[in-house]
Amino acid sequence: MKIWTRILPILLFLGLMAFLAFGLKRDPRVLPSELIDRQMPEFALSELHFPEATVSDLDFRGHVSLVNVFGSWCAACVVEHPKLVQLSQREDFQLIGINWRDDRTTAVAWLERFGDPYDQIAFDPDSELAIDLGVTGAPETFIVDADGRVRYKYVGIITDEAMRDKIDPILRIIAEEAG
Amino acid sequence: MRPFLLILFTCLFAMMSAAENAGAPDEAEVKARTVAISKSLRCVVCQSESIHDSNAPLAADMRALVERRVRAGDSDAQVRDYFQVRYGDYVLMRPPLKASTILLWLGPLALVVLGAGWFFIRMRTKPTAGSPGLERMSDADTARVQAALSGTNGDEDQL
Repeated sequence: MKIWTRILPILLFLGLMAFLAFGLKRDPRVLPSELIDRQMPEFALSELHFPEATVSDLDFRGHVSLVNVFGSWCAACVVEHPKLVQLSQREDFQLIGINWRDDRTTAVAWLERFGDPYDQIAFDPDSELAIDLGVTGAPETFIVDADGRVRYKYVGIITDEAMRDKIDPILRIIAEEAG
Repeated sequence: MRPFLLILFTCLFAMMSAAENAGAPDEAEVKARTVAISKSLRCVVCQSESIHDSNAPLAADMRALVERRVRAGDSDAQVRDYFQVRYGDYVLMRPPLKASTILLWLGPLALVVLGAGWFFIRMRTKPTAGSPGLERMSDADTARVQAALSGTNGDEDQL
């Protein structure tokens, strides 16, 4: 009895420490995407290069899409960009950009400098679509299937490993579903 | 009593007319509700600030969106739901009470109860467990205490 009253608080303390240590290891910035397997939200935004033209959720129908959130202010996007330019060669998906919280001329100049891999770019200066997609930072990339359903959200720079381990497997599943 | 009734009725009428004017939102009320709702939503890029307190550009856009939705006639709960659907429970400053958050809500209370329980058990068991008490005082000490209490000092050499 007596030894237990001595040991129990220590055990409880160690348990709490283990619990908190586990919590510290988790990255609090990784939020679950609430959109997974939901329909792409309805939107209509101006195209970055052609202000009169609109990009809308209807543009996602019939194609598998990689939707990449970027901005000329985003340092990590510069790092990611060569990978996107390389991915734009692939035929199995279209690459749609969301130019987030940016200035039109600055963004166009940025793309001229680093290359423009996107098939279409939605211009979203006021976070309309970004908030609708639950975006918390750039770069972020969504995989949307041909029915317009959001299938996956990748947070951060797309690396070769991310392509191999995370994104390509989802693309393969989508391709298999389509037969 | 009269002034009290007067105030009561004035308040009631004010509330009724406010309800009737719901179609055309009052500017001050929109601002007040926007602030209140913004304080209950977490800034998703700055960890522990509400979007009301945060200077982050995304938080500013979220505040603007809150105001748009309030203006469009959404209730406070509808605005919060809008963000919760998109960003998850994380976006709420007060997480909802459900199975996965029960530890978060009741954990501190459980710790207090456990701690208090342990404290009281020790309080009750300690005096009988042979801790230093009156019954363990030596006869010599008892004699000294009694001498001191009775006013005579039997221990002068030690003073």
